Amino acid sequence: MAQMTETADRILTTADGTPLKQALARATRRNKIRAFILVAPLLAFVLVSFIIPIVDMLARSVDNPEVQAAIPETVALLKDWDGTGLPPEPVFAALAKELSDKSKRSEIGRMGARLNYEDSGFRSLLNKSQRRADKVTSGPYKEGMIAIDADWGKTSVWKTIQLTAPSTTFSYYLNALDRTYDENGNIVMQPEWKQIYVHLFVKTIYVSLGVRIACLLLSYPIAYLLATLPASKGNLLLILVLLPFWTSLLVRTTSWIVLLQTNGVINDTLVWIGIINDANRIEMIYNMTGTIIAMTHILMPFMVLPLYSVMKTISPNYMRAARSLGANPLVAFVRVYMPQTIPGVGAGSILVFILAIGYYITPALVGGQDGQLISNFIAYHMQKSLNWGLAAALGAILLAGVLALYWLYDRIVGVDNMKLG
Amino acid sequence: MAVPSYAGPVERTWYYLYRLMCAAIFIFLIAPILVVIPLSFNAEPYFTFTPEMLSFDPKGYSLRWYADIINNDQWIHSIKNSFLIGIASTVVATTLGTLAALGLSRSELPAKRLIMAVLISPMIVPLIISAAAMFFFYSAPFGTSFALTQTYTGVILAHAALGTPFVVITVTATLVGFDKNLIRASNSLGADSVTTFFRVIMPLILPGVISGGLFAFVTSFDEVVVVLFMAGFEQRTIPRQMWAGIREQISPTILAVATLLICLSTILLATIELLRRRNERLRGVTY
Repeated sequence: MAQMTETADRILTTADGTPLKQALARATRRNKIRAFILVAPLLAFVLVSFIIPIVDMLARSVDNPEVQAAIPETVALLKDWDGTGLPPEPVFAALAKELSDKSKRSEIGRMGARLNYEDSGFRSLLNKSQRRADKVTSGPYKEGMIAIDADWGKTSVWKTIQLTAPSTTFSYYLNALDRTYDENGNIVMQPEWKQIYVHLFVKTIYVSLGVRIACLLLSYPIAYLLATLPASKGNLLLILVLLPFWTSLLVRTTSWIVLLQTNGVINDTLVWIGIINDANRIEMIYNMTGTIIAMTHILMPFMVLPLYSVMKTISPNYMRAARSLGANPLVAFVRVYMPQTIPGVGAGSILVFILAIGYYITPALVGGQDGQLISNFIAYHMQKSLNWGLAAALGAILLAGVLALYWLYDRIVGVDNMKLG
Repeated sequence: MAVPSYAGPVERTWYYLYRLMCAAIFIFLIAPILVVIPLSFNAEPYFTFTPEMLSFDPKGYSLRWYADIINNDQWIHSIKNSFLIGIASTVVATTLGTLAALGLSRSELPAKRLIMAVLISPMIVPLIISAAAMFFFYSAPFGTSFALTQTYTGVILAHAALGTPFVVITVTATLVGFDKNLIRASNSLGADSVTTFFRVIMPLILPGVISGGLFAFVTSFDEVVVVLFMAGFEQRTIPRQMWAGIREQISPTILAVATLLICLSTILLATIELLRRRNERLRGVTY
């Protein structure tokens, strides 16, 4: 090659005289651009309609504008306060002025809601002070404000305001992990009655593991049957797996309610047979049992299908060889067949676990009080308590967990090998 | 897999036990779906079999819950909504998804893994997180006051985003067996790329596109979390209406709707299955 390029007349060219190398580079570039143009519309669509909202939500979990927006001057003055005793007189003056500003009503309301997450009582304190602050028109402001509410004379109240003032915060994350800032800014555990989320995360993981194991135990035998039956029979039975897979989630959840209710089909049958009497019907739904049964049923196809596709490729000759070498059926199955199904077990397990950990609909409908998982609390904070920062922080932690698992799935199975149906 | 002739009594017993166990598991899978169907013809407003039903007395059966669907404006409205939103989001998802799959199947595409990760992310992120994020963002996109929540456009866009990964995956899988020489042949015979696409590529990948589209449609048709967060009363879909039915005003009408949905999913399953077989036959994989 080097010799060729030295002499100009021996450079390979295309028909129109451009050097071949250049033409190739241009063609490759054009192909790259063409391929990218095909992908670009969807990429842009997913970025705008999906990725940006997710990033926006993650930003919301550390966003903390409320105090800054409501009382900017007070916050600026409070910055220099060393945190001992009470803030100096100008801070009280600024607070009285800013609280009496009628145009900032809604900002102050939002600040009250925000501070209430740190310490309940702030909302009423601010509401009360806002109503009366315009009466404190001249000094001494400190005494004036304390006269409105003695809380303004507490160091801890001022410290909380000072700590909550910065425009970004980790307090939602701390909250999501049952921790909080104490008045000196140290991270401490929440009081015992407020510790729910760590327990909830652990519970969600346990339930997902339980569902995963139940799915595996139920799926392994039938996947094996499907894979070893002759194709015509196997395909027929496969429909019994695929039909639930294609049936609406709400239909399946409704079915379980119909079956498991205290006046439902199973209880009625048991009473009719005489196993239980009418007064002692079993509570199988609106609790954790219901959640686990329904989730196992709903997620089982996600375990059967990967197992089936792996088992389908395992040649029966290995088992025959093991048997002919003297292994009894159990040994042959455990030592020869099962190790070959590990990829399917791994793929199915991770898939079921990922889906279970973010499950919302089924626990919400059949979970009752104790069958609620982390997703249900995210929904609760989104729709009922309107603590969106906390909802975003809980969501971010859940998302991090799912992405880590997904990364694992990619390592074991490869995203490209994902098959549907 | 019959019992081998050399099997001993233990092995034989185990064989039948194993078959029994499998039968039980299959019943666990399918019974919840089948039990709904007869109950939807219940003459009484109960969720369980009445004595009349068990004795096959015609008086125990009726079509009143089906009549209830037809006479109920809310159900009719939600059925229309489900199809409108489902079809619109499927069209968006299938068009964009098929184009992207064509790009992804080209070896020249730079940063393929990253792009693939972005494109299938809507499938991986738990729905509750997607729904929350979309609700925040769509209620004030880029800080403007042009809210898409409680509009058809918003729900359709959200559902389209959730459906695209299925189209991308299915069509990409179809393209794995696609012979690139056919494109070259078409080009060398003078067809431009648009003609090649519609006359050569499209007919061959159509089964993949249709099954991807069906996946996208089912995703939208069955989706309730995003609808719960983003849709207003006007955009209520079937699953949303069922959700309300289960939580608030439980009545066997839900079972009638469920039965209709089971019929629909059976049809969809059959279609997908036929398409899959056709695709495998085309690739030379035969049973």
